[in-house]
Amino acid sequence: MATILLIAEQAHGHLKKATLSALTAAQQLAQKGGGQIQAVVIGAGAAQSAQELAAYLPTVHAVEGGGFEHALAETHAAAAVEAAKKVGATDVVLAATAYGKDIAPRIAAKLAAGVASDILAVVSANQFKRAMWAGNAIATVEVTTPVKVVSVRATEFPAAQKSGSPGAVQQLGVTAPAPKTKFIEFNEVKSARPELTEASVVVSGGRGTKGDFKPIEALADVLNAAVGASRAVVDAGWQPNDLQVGQTGKVVAPKLYIAAGISGAIQHLAGMKGSKTIVAINKDAEAPIFQVADYGLVADLFKALPELTEEVKKLK
Amino acid sequence: MKILVTVKRVEDYESKIKVKPDNSWIVTEGVNYRANPFDEIAVEEALRVRDANAPSEVVAVSIGSGAAQAEIRSALAMGADRGILVKHDGFLDSDAVARLLQKVVAKEAPDLVLMGKQAVDVDDNVTGQLLAEYLGWGQATFASKKESLESPEEKAKKPGLRFGADKKTVQVAREVDGGLEVLEVQLPALITVDLRLNVPRYASLPNIMKAKKKPIEELAPAALGVDVSPKVKVVRVEAPPARTAGIKVPDVATLVKKLHEDAKVV
Ligand SMILES: Cc1cc2nc3c(=O)[nH]c(=O)nc-3n(C[C@H](O)[C@H](O)[C@H](O)COP(=O)(O)OP(=O)(O)OC[C@H]3O[C@@H](n4cnc5c(N)ncnc54)[C@H](O)[C@@H]3O)c2cc1C
Repeated sequence: MATILLIAEQAHGHLKKATLSALTAAQQLAQKGGGQIQAVVIGAGAAQSAQELAAYLPTVHAVEGGGFEHALAETHAAAAVEAAKKVGATDVVLAATAYGKDIAPRIAAKLAAGVASDILAVVSANQFKRAMWAGNAIATVEVTTPVKVVSVRATEFPAAQKSGSPGAVQQLGVTAPAPKTKFIEFNEVKSARPELTEASVVVSGGRGTKGDFKPIEALADVLNAAVGASRAVVDAGWQPNDLQVGQTGKVVAPKLYIAAGISGAIQHLAGMKGSKTIVAINKDAEAPIFQVADYGLVADLFKALPELTEEVKKLK
Repeated sequence: MKILVTVKRVEDYESKIKVKPDNSWIVTEGVNYRANPFDEIAVEEALRVRDANAPSEVVAVSIGSGAAQAEIRSALAMGADRGILVKHDGFLDSDAVARLLQKVVAKEAPDLVLMGKQAVDVDDNVTGQLLAEYLGWGQATFASKKESLESPEEKAKKPGLRFGADKKTVQVAREVDGGLEVLEVQLPALITVDLRLNVPRYASLPNIMKAKKKPIEELAPAALGVDVSPKVKVVRVEAPPARTAGIKVPDVATLVKKLHEDAKVV
């Protein structure tokens, strides 16, 4: 019987939400191709995260230990492959996050598998939809190898539901290969706001802010929203890199996306077109962002955003 | 130091991309081509590393049809020393590209391979990582730097990659979820680059002229002993679901009313 192995992502004993979307994709794959799902969690805190994941799945493997403390592609891909061999995996599924993108191809290379990257939909047991050319085209790709690796765009799949009976966690002993890579440091961008890819409301600013994000942040505060940005903003160093929404940044699909001072280049749209409701505030009535906006307001953002913040406050 | 850098010929991101009526691919007639923008950042970094570590050499490699000579020439015009074209007409999946590059690396024995983190045509972000695993090398994907693109370091065209004094290791700041991670990779190493590593230079006219005389070697997949049949095939290409423009609202009060009463999102 086919076995699908889900590679979970976690940090310090906490599961990343994207993993639950990848699990939904794995479940769809199991429905279409048959088979059962098991998962593996790798890294410091894996046992604790595995416990969390066991609420969704009967069997979750945990790989911990010195060699896996940091998420190095070499060691984590090696552990994932050990787990895949142990369970006889025909498919390896993981979220297309920075972590997932870093390790998925290495896993595929070790398993002589084809890799379908950043999929939007499961068409059949070996066919998947994915975006190409900045979302200007949607391709159906077919993986022709016996073993397949699939990375999943989390915004396209809802989070999986807990199963009735919690599963079991099994420690998996894997010897870490001596990596040619060493972790030096992590400069975390700390924010009290919801995570960009997980927030139900996102307020994004573009070059039109001229680097002044105060009106964006004030609105984000009253909406409990995450803050996003266009490439122009991030390139200028006005906001951290990891706030870039778009083709080559984060893909978001909140219930409300507010774009202020963003022109709406195709590369930006590729990262937010899937939002439920889009609001655009731009002083240029011809800006392409208005072509995808449900509600467009032609206005100066420095005037409109503070007003909007006040009006929303009144509603609460 | 020897640096191998990849340049893929891709559709210009400013061109209008349309799907073919028979859903087999996109319309290529009337589309402009250029080097993948991420690869241009890789070329720029390769040149900065070379110039900071003389004597060094930068070799630009492309895999594609004869037309990809143009993208190699553009890398040579930026300043790369010589080019290699692995000539193949038609579709190649990223795995075949990685296995072809593996052979080129075996032949050239570079200390560093620099690639764009993704090609903006198929957008799959896998080739560098596949190659690193096939080579058994360490990797640092999504290379960036701590300094911004407006910083004095960038204006002085300093490399973002930091080599150890013995030139046996390189430190790379990576754009990952939640911040910047710094890794140290042993050489030879594979690095894929992100947008904030540098601002690529424009080729000057004299350098464009000089590039015409620089050598480009041609190789063939069969001679390299690589079976290029794809592990991942494209079976259909469709236009994305269209999102229709909504309405313009006259003022903030109307906007809030709509969001509250119609869309019910605030
Ligand atoms: C390889 C590649 C990858 C890319 N990836 C991404 C990506 O992932 N994400 C991304 O966002 N971009 C990406 N880009 C860049 C993209 O093409 C655009 O350049 C970028 O999105 C523009 O950002 P912007 O809309 O903030 O700036 P601009 O295009 O300069 O637009 C600024 C807008 O602000 C408006 N404005 C100015 N002042 C005000 C005011 N006071 N009030 C209201 N409106 C005002 C103007 O009318 C204008 O429409 C990529 C480009 C390339 C080549």
